[in-house]
Amino acid sequence: MSLLHWAILAPFIMAACVPFVRKKATAIHTGWFVLILPLVLFVSFLQYLPVTMKNDSIMQTADWIPSLGINFTAYVDGLSLLFVLLITGIGALVVLYSIYYLSKTKESLQHFYVYLLMFMGAMLGVVLSDNVITLYMFWELTSISSFLLIAYWFDRDRSRYGALKSMLITVFGGLMMLGGFLVLSIMGNTFSIRELAAQAPELNNHPLFLLAMILILFGAFTKSAQFPFYIWLPDAMEAPTPVSAYLHSATMVKAGIYLVARFSPIFAFSGYWFWIVGTVGLFTMVWASFNAVKQTDLKGILAFSTVSQLGLIMSLLGAGSAALHFDSLDDNLYTAAVIAAVFHLINHATFKGSLFMVTGIIDHETGTRDIRRLGGLMSLMPITFTLSVIGAFSMAGLPPFNGFLSKEMFLLSMVQLAELDLFNLETWGLLFPVLAWIGSVFTFIYSMIIVFRVFGGKFQPEKLEKKPHEAPFGMLISPIVLASLVILFGLFPNLLSYSLIQPAAASIVPSIIPNGGQLDVHISFWHGFTTEFMMTIGVVIIGIILYKFLPKWIGMYDYFPGKVTLNNLYNASLYTAERGSHSLTKSYMTGFIRSYLVYIFAFFITILGFTIWVKGAFRFDSSNTASIGFYEVGLVIVLLIATATILIAKSRLTSIISLGAVGYSVSLFFIIFRAPDLALTQLVIETVSTALFLLCFYHLPKLSRHEEKRRFQIGNAVIAAGVGLIVALIGISAHSTKLFPSINEYYIKNTYTKAGGENMVNVILVDFRGFDTLFEIAVLSVAALGIYGLIKLRLEKGGEQNENE
Amino acid sequence: MIDIVLKITLVLLAIAMLGLTYRLVKGPTTPDRVIALDAMGVNLVSIAAILSILLNTSNFLDIILLIGILAFIGTVAFAKFLEKGEIIEYDRDQ
Repeated sequence: MSLLHWAILAPFIMAACVPFVRKKATAIHTGWFVLILPLVLFVSFLQYLPVTMKNDSIMQTADWIPSLGINFTAYVDGLSLLFVLLITGIGALVVLYSIYYLSKTKESLQHFYVYLLMFMGAMLGVVLSDNVITLYMFWELTSISSFLLIAYWFDRDRSRYGALKSMLITVFGGLMMLGGFLVLSIMGNTFSIRELAAQAPELNNHPLFLLAMILILFGAFTKSAQFPFYIWLPDAMEAPTPVSAYLHSATMVKAGIYLVARFSPIFAFSGYWFWIVGTVGLFTMVWASFNAVKQTDLKGILAFSTVSQLGLIMSLLGAGSAALHFDSLDDNLYTAAVIAAVFHLINHATFKGSLFMVTGIIDHETGTRDIRRLGGLMSLMPITFTLSVIGAFSMAGLPPFNGFLSKEMFLLSMVQLAELDLFNLETWGLLFPVLAWIGSVFTFIYSMIIVFRVFGGKFQPEKLEKKPHEAPFGMLISPIVLASLVILFGLFPNLLSYSLIQPAAASIVPSIIPNGGQLDVHISFWHGFTTEFMMTIGVVIIGIILYKFLPKWIGMYDYFPGKVTLNNLYNASLYTAERGSHSLTKSYMTGFIRSYLVYIFAFFITILGFTIWVKGAFRFDSSNTASIGFYEVGLVIVLLIATATILIAKSRLTSIISLGAVGYSVSLFFIIFRAPDLALTQLVIETVSTALFLLCFYHLPKLSRHEEKRRFQIGNAVIAAGVGLIVALIGISAHSTKLFPSINEYYIKNTYTKAGGENMVNVILVDFRGFDTLFEIAVLSVAALGIYGLIKLRLEKGGEQNENE
Repeated sequence: MIDIVLKITLVLLAIAMLGLTYRLVKGPTTPDRVIALDAMGVNLVSIAAILSILLNTSNFLDIILLIGILAFIGTVAFAKFLEKGEIIEYDRDQ
């Protein structure tokens, strides 16, 4: 366990302490105590920057289950460090924000911070793990803590619905991902991601390659809310706003992005990877930005915009995989896509975090998030307004904010894809820039809605629950910090380029980095009148026009069939699965013992009959059979008649007597076959059990004592005949294929000499195999005690039934 | 000679057994069946005895005794059942 491991585990340890702090230090908001941790972690992880800037990495291993090759391996490289800094940095800001957002007296803070710290630790574990199993463990911990956080206000229906939905979808993806990991580890014979990446070329030709890739992508797409799995994210907006800001914009939903980026060195050579990641991402971007426009809830807009932006990053990662197909560094334009992805990842975390916090402030100060009720808050909340302008304009891709730069790079990468002569892109390549452009237009529109529908327009105080005013300063600190970063990164993007972006990009596409060299990352603010700049101008112009005439065409959304949505599909499939499994279970779990016996015997017949048939196991060999004497024949006839009488008897008493006859005939068989001990026991037991049957007979209730001829059921007859036939066949076959001589010679020789007895059966029972006898005695005692208990113990009706004692 | 006689006896006993079985199955009333069963017990005693002569062993003599006791107990039990409707009565005052 190194310091790095303790850094990952620290949030969990802290989470364990939170309830005590909450209980002891009631005067201080628990958040202040929690705030220390992400700050300390952030600062301590900053010290890794010099290492990763040199494209070096640090690996620390602690044994977990070494016998299975599962170790807790922490691994810091550029990509991990970028995520760690996002997690701890935004984590600190979110904790600070939550101190002012959540009331100390009304909310159960200990739950909130325990869940949040659990989440933070799990997220650190995800991005720092090198072992896929450890990664999966932390991955599921993020799902669980996210589930807990979404349902923080668990007395609300919508919260529970959202939490369940996100849980089902992300855990579904997580399990798929686990499958992918296992397939991958079988292919590469290791759980270490780095070792897997080292053998990427061999893995690429493995027959299981595509399976592993698709399974892992399932995990990434569900977690990062890609189409069609994005549906949980809008419903997760029922969580408290700090949670939405932290989990559902900056960190957890980027876990999928991280996964795709982390596994790029393994999978990215494949054309499937390029197509799946690229097109799913791009389609998600367009689809979600299109849907964001029609939302009326501010957090709804932000949720869809998060989905859309994640799609954008995903498509860039897909496009970046094309970089691996060009070896020379000089003309490798496609690494630009990876750089853009990393850059936009940072940008999105900053502006989306601040936008969520702004939304939280609006909600907090006006009592609503519905944009139809909001308006004209510009003069009332000037700081919040400024912050949202910065965030939203950055999201729309306007200068001088950082979103402008990454949007430019995004458009550039998409334009370049059209020129790529790989993966049949000649025919479909043009689709990429066009879709990207359409998505950007819609992004522009909803960004404008966020700003101008809330802060512009007419003030409607009668629709608001509270009298709006500016938020307390403490609540504004975090969004101000994030917004300053938006501007800072916008104006000085090269602050980041070699410190964070280059190392991260180098981790995603390691194979094209020359030894000891660096990728050329230079983000220039102004790069001439290029295609992408024209596209941005087009986005702004068309966006403004569309926004101006929004009321004219917003009705267009009504033409889309309201029933045919993914949410309805999700609900309907859950409903159908529930009803379906219910009726399926009901159809065969009838509650009648007879049905279950039918299943058991039918299964017995099928399985054994099938095995005998397939294996050709039936043998008939009469060489070692004894001759049949006439008393055997006579006795068999008696046995058959008695058995038949049981079956066809009209009264229960006849059946019981016939059963006794069967038992006595069996004891006669024992006599003929020279088994006196068995015969003795059989006679006594048969007598006792017949007496017991008579006892039951007498106690049968009057009403159900139907002494009619039992209904002859063909099914029963068939199954009975089948079972009899199968058992007979197996008996004959088993007797005909005797492979080894019996061990009875030993007993015959040693019964007297070793055990000192002449009755061999009894010597076997109490001497050679006395152990079985002991437990048969135990069985009898248990049966006797059980019967006694059943008769004496009558607990129902308050013990009044104990009158016989 | 004795062997053939014993076998003939066994056949006769078996025929008797079949007859008793017929009564057991058909038996219009329950007492008929019980008596058939009792007679079957006695028949069994004979069969076991003859078989032990045939098989030339004295190991089955226990069984002969046991069948005798059981047939008696069984018949008494049945008789009591038919008479009183139960075999073992319990005293309510106990």
